[in-house]
Amino acid sequence: RAPAGGGAQTPVMGLQHLFIINRSGGLMYHQDLTQNAPNISENDWLLLAGTFHGLHTIASQVAPLASSGIQTVEGDSISLCCFQTQTGIKFVSTATAGTAGLDGFLHQVYQKYTDYVLKNPFYDMDQPIHCELFTRSILQLIPTFTGSRR
Amino acid sequence: MASRSAQRAGDVAWARTPKVNGELFALTYGAMVKRLVEDYTEIDEVNEQLEKMGYNIGIRLVDEFLAKAGLPPCQGFQETAEVIAKVAFRMFLGVAADVTSWNSEATAFSLLLADNPLAEFVELPRQYKTLCYSNVLCGVVRGALEMVSEEMRSLGLG
Repeated sequence: RAPAGGGAQTPVMGLQHLFIINRSGGLMYHQDLTQNAPNISENDWLLLAGTFHGLHTIASQVAPLASSGIQTVEGDSISLCCFQTQTGIKFVSTATAGTAGLDGFLHQVYQKYTDYVLKNPFYDMDQPIHCELFTRSILQLIPTFTGSRR
Repeated sequence: MASRSAQRAGDVAWARTPKVNGELFALTYGAMVKRLVEDYTEIDEVNEQLEKMGYNIGIRLVDEFLAKAGLPPCQGFQETAEVIAKVAFRMFLGVAADVTSWNSEATAFSLLLADNPLAEFVELPRQYKTLCYSNVLCGVVRGALEMVSEEMRSLGLG
């Protein structure tokens, strides 16, 4: 979803949303990474995740060369980066157009996921993530993000 | 040789991993096995439980390995075996294993641990000679491989 055009909003560079999709296309986690991020309803989040999962799978199958699916989507007002682990989890991040370094950011999120979600004994695999330490660690990652305009 | 680069990757990963006291680790594991032996009447059931616990660890551990070791996907089962033995075992247990005894179809191999950190201070009494003391490791490997979609069976050993 692109933010509504222009207006009085000053364009903010950088991260907007993070979402994590499980192996069956269900949404495990979503997080606004900035206060200026476009507002998305809970239901829309679920739809977004499921749709993206489907598109990702189709893309990897129709690709003329061997492909592992959608990695980046570039638009006039949005940059999207997707990193799929070998275990089938997708880490997806959106940002304002031209933001670089999203792939590195997602790799860091993956490490936080292994440390704060997988090691949490009360977390069941592939379920929605409600781990406070994980959320906190993601929010701590944001100020260290050095994405720049390409 | 692929083995040497795997060894190097293993050493790097091991250096980066936070460490815990080895004796604490060995003694805690030993206490757990002892408890299992007391709770279950059949040694085979203990072996099964250890394997199951390992499986539950493995399905989570594999993501940590993939995230932190930073290796590209393996090009074939032989490479998978080397990575498990030289990088993963080194990263999590501190000791690399050796890959041996490939079968003729190259679908089965053995992992040999010269120095098993789990079995430090351990002596198995005669009546437990069918106990696979380190069976948790078999479960870990099975769980980990299953998550990257390799079905496997392990014929565990002590």
